[in-house]
Amino acid sequence: MSHEPTNRGAEIRLDRVSKHYPKSIALDQVSLTVKPGEFMTFLGPSGSGKTTTLNLIAGFTDLTTGNVRIDGNRMDDVPVHKRDLGIVFQHYALFPHLSVFENVAFPLARRKTPKADAVRLVHGALETAGLDGFGDRYPAELSGGQQQRVALARALVFQPKVLLLDEPLGALDKNLRERLQLELRRIHQEVGRTFVFVTHDQEEALTLSDRIAVFNEGRIEQVGTAQDLYERPASLFVAGFIGESTMVPSASGAETTVIRPEHGELFPPGAELPAGFRGVPVTVRQSVYLGSGWKHEIVLDHPGHTRTPG
Amino acid sequence: MLKTHPVTRTVLWVVAALVSIWLVAPSLIVIPLSFTDKASLVFPPTGWSLRWYESFLTNPQWTAALGNSLLIAVLVAALATVLGLLAALGLRQMANKKVIAGLTFGLLAPMVVPGIVVAIGLYAVFLTLGLVGTLLGFVLAHTVLALPFTVVAITAGFAGFDARLELAAMSLGASRVTTFLRVTLPNIVPGMVSGALFAFVTSFDEVMLSLFIKSPYLNTLPVMMYSSVTRDTDPTLAAAATVILLITTVLVIAGLSLTGRKKRVTRAN
Repeated sequence: MSHEPTNRGAEIRLDRVSKHYPKSIALDQVSLTVKPGEFMTFLGPSGSGKTTTLNLIAGFTDLTTGNVRIDGNRMDDVPVHKRDLGIVFQHYALFPHLSVFENVAFPLARRKTPKADAVRLVHGALETAGLDGFGDRYPAELSGGQQQRVALARALVFQPKVLLLDEPLGALDKNLRERLQLELRRIHQEVGRTFVFVTHDQEEALTLSDRIAVFNEGRIEQVGTAQDLYERPASLFVAGFIGESTMVPSASGAETTVIRPEHGELFPPGAELPAGFRGVPVTVRQSVYLGSGWKHEIVLDHPGHTRTPG
Repeated sequence: MLKTHPVTRTVLWVVAALVSIWLVAPSLIVIPLSFTDKASLVFPPTGWSLRWYESFLTNPQWTAALGNSLLIAVLVAALATVLGLLAALGLRQMANKKVIAGLTFGLLAPMVVPGIVVAIGLYAVFLTLGLVGTLLGFVLAHTVLALPFTVVAITAGFAGFDARLELAAMSLGASRVTTFLRVTLPNIVPGMVSGALFAFVTSFDEVMLSLFIKSPYLNTLPVMMYSSVTRDTDPTLAAAATVILLITTVLVIAGLSLTGRKKRVTRAN
């Protein structure tokens, strides 16, 4: 374990990792490389294997087959407390009997950091998390958002090369969640560590991530940037899970066309189409005003005879 | 909340007051009795003095019994708390709900099994092992009765403890042992202390088992009081009872307030 502030995250490499339970397979032959310093998000519905994968990296669960390497070192026999990973939990998991300062100092005390250094590091971490002056409070005296900031400071204060975040914003209300998302991005850029973030919220994934791994039924469907996933989904599942879309099966049923709402425009009957547009006659069933635009439910007038629209 | 008719409320208060008096009064009668100036247990006393307290504190038989009771109770509290902690830790690790229920029932059995049955059984075994009339014998016997209290209190302590804190501690670099000492233990200390206090009280006022395993050389305060009341009507007995009442009341209130505090903290979270 080295603690010199090298401004660099670690590489995480999963090689054909599986996790079997007596009656189910939680994870099936998953391979993935998270690049040093990357913000990688595991996205998927509950039970898709994303949290299982995080727990395998953390060492909370044993894997059935395959192996996990961090910076090239196999983690098979390395217990949780020697993996040197920062972990942020959904329900904060702050120690209720310790003050905010003592919570954040906890990992430093375990590493026998000299007292003067520890005090400096704790104050730095609290400042980064926007918690200046909260050191003497106890977790029960803080709001959910403040508690999660303490958890973040505690997971970063010992400068781990990897930070694992398990739906850290899931328990917070929408406004706070959006504010903390931006702060997470800022902190990620500031500390330059590898972040692995688990969420089932696709918007959150698109906002935060360098790359996203989409999990479904114990496998990874696709790994790519937000743009990759949105514009070039590798499967129907990814197309349906990321962003809004309309799926139009072909007449034979062998193919499906995915249409993003912003890729089409509605014109009144007989209107002259701008260059590059091709018209398909449709009927509007109902329209809902959303503030930033309208949402229309439309049906094709001649199903089965249409060509795929652009 | 449902509104109560004023008359109904008055009736309820009167009934509650009567029941409280019925429950508490017999215990409180010994207090004035202990301050009487006559050499008999006549109630109400006609004059006041502290002579029975003097008699209690200067008679080597009474002080020896008090000392024995305190020593045994402290040892029982310690032993029952350690065993209760181990039992609670073990139950916590188990996945099978039926096994947990069975083991818990076994651990709590001494609370419901008639004391006289336990006493006769223990007496038979202790006779063979030569434990009758020994300090070890008293401590072992009282621990049987005290263990259910520590198991219940410490299990309740774990119920309010979030096991994810242990995962968090390990992820922050704490070994299993450090995690237990720095995170698990501090959070269940209130449960352990309240269990220990109840264990102490259980031992301190125990009569039935002690009557069987006492000896002329090793006597506890309640046994001494029992023999005293069957022999004569010496008000020293009332002084001793008041001392016991005082000690147990203080400890039980302390134990209950600890349990209450733990609940408040949980609610704040």
